[in-house]
Amino acid sequence: MEIKEIQEEIIDEFSMFDDWMQRYEYMIELGKSLPLIKEEFKTDDNIIKGCQSKVWVHADLEDNKLIFTADSDAIITKGIIAILIRAFSNQKPQDILDADTQFIDEIGLKEHLSPTRANGLVSMIKQLKLYAVAYQTQIEE
Amino acid sequence: MLDIKKIREDFPILKREVNGKPLVYLDNAATSQTPQQVIDAIVDYYQNYNANIHRGVHTLSQEATDKYEQARIKIQKHFNAAKSYEIIFTSGTTHSINLVANGFSSLIKKGDEVIVSAMEHHSNIVPWQMLCERTGAILKVIPMNLEGELLMDVYEDLLSDKTKLVFCNHISNALGTINPIEEIIEKAHAVGAAVLIDGAQAAPHLVADVQALDVDFYTCSAHKICGPTGEGMLYGKEEWLNKLPPYQGGGEMIAEVTFEKTTYADLPHKFEAGTPNICGGIAFGAALDYMNAIGFEEIAKYEHELLEYATQELLKIEGLKIYGTAKNKTSVISFNIEGVHPYDMGSILDKLGIAVRTGHHCAQPIMDFFKIPGTVRASFAFYNTKEEVDVLVQGVLKAKSMLL
Repeated sequence: MEIKEIQEEIIDEFSMFDDWMQRYEYMIELGKSLPLIKEEFKTDDNIIKGCQSKVWVHADLEDNKLIFTADSDAIITKGIIAILIRAFSNQKPQDILDADTQFIDEIGLKEHLSPTRANGLVSMIKQLKLYAVAYQTQIEE
Repeated sequence: MLDIKKIREDFPILKREVNGKPLVYLDNAATSQTPQQVIDAIVDYYQNYNANIHRGVHTLSQEATDKYEQARIKIQKHFNAAKSYEIIFTSGTTHSINLVANGFSSLIKKGDEVIVSAMEHHSNIVPWQMLCERTGAILKVIPMNLEGELLMDVYEDLLSDKTKLVFCNHISNALGTINPIEEIIEKAHAVGAAVLIDGAQAAPHLVADVQALDVDFYTCSAHKICGPTGEGMLYGKEEWLNKLPPYQGGGEMIAEVTFEKTTYADLPHKFEAGTPNICGGIAFGAALDYMNAIGFEEIAKYEHELLEYATQELLKIEGLKIYGTAKNKTSVISFNIEGVHPYDMGSILDKLGIAVRTGHHCAQPIMDFFKIPGTVRASFAFYNTKEEVDVLVQGVLKAKSMLL
């Protein structure tokens, strides 16, 4: 599936809920299905700066597609990174770079985009895109 | 007895809703809310007599200067400073600390020692580290116990004739501990060291008498005492303020300027370069008037009741641990639930309209000491109620059930 289609799918799933509690509970559920980063990659270097909780992300290139794994010490953050990874993992770096993140807004998680959340979500998106830039350069070489 | 219902009427913001729920504001240690009386003082300034001060001969400038200097006197009286010019207007506690730390650069030499406490806010650690880097002085730390109380016997051992400055907060922002500053000051003076006390967290709860304390420097921020942000004060004993060189150069702080030499203005203007936050200073004075009209003794008594009630109710929750259990503390409760990240707890409480602080509270060394990533911190002011404590407890229970 393309990124856009996955994002639509996530929007559909979240549209079933009519209050924040259900959305958060679902997000916590999604966190449990997060493809976990290998312990050896859970280093301080892989911690995303600017989050109140610790978030580690790692990327591998397989068949010219990026496979993301991650973890966090906070459950809600884990859900957020799980949603992002579901949308962006197993995609070509260029497609990741071209993708927008409007869907975050549409699933009612906009508040996590604000700077008062210590830029957690913004920093996570930035980190995924940085991996995409790095691997895109590698592919072009 | 305080009429809390009536007091709450003074704070327009307390009527608002957050995420569809009535706001329960429990982040008072970060910033307090602003009563109408202070908002009115701010509006009055901009509507009626906004002008630059200390220079103009015109009426508006004179009115603004009078009000600004009256505010300085209000602050002087509040803290019982001997002279009004011992009160320096600053942009807040951080600014005040940097002013002193910078000034001590010229009074401290290699091998001298500066002592800070282990329960300091980042803004209280970094300026001293910078001072020590510049001068080659050594930074020493007074450790604390698991209750969050300073180890005073170790402090005594740290003091020597090399100690030039001791710095400590009056009350810890992360733990609420009221530190024994009388003893800290007395012992520092016995070895000839100066003492700067950070009163940012103390000023909303009690009145420090700088002469009785015999403290050399004392500082606080207006925005934690119902005043505006970007405004604060530094008290310094006259002899110390005369010893310290100016911090910033600019207008207001000079007596005469030629390209060959500048002579500096007298106190307090020597430390007040540039056009100050005039409105902020006046509103700071209005905030002190407001708090004093309610009465600090009554405030302290009521907040203590809130603290005891909240502590008792929160501790009924299984798995909840409170950090900072000093015998002598203010209405701050830092806590965690076993297995729950403070960020998760804070996010869910916010959804319920409850404002708490989560994270390391700009006091990472304290979090490292307790080996935790951070805490949830509920801090209470005199306008909070027992009903709000109940809402917090229910919120924590709800978050716990969602997260565990």
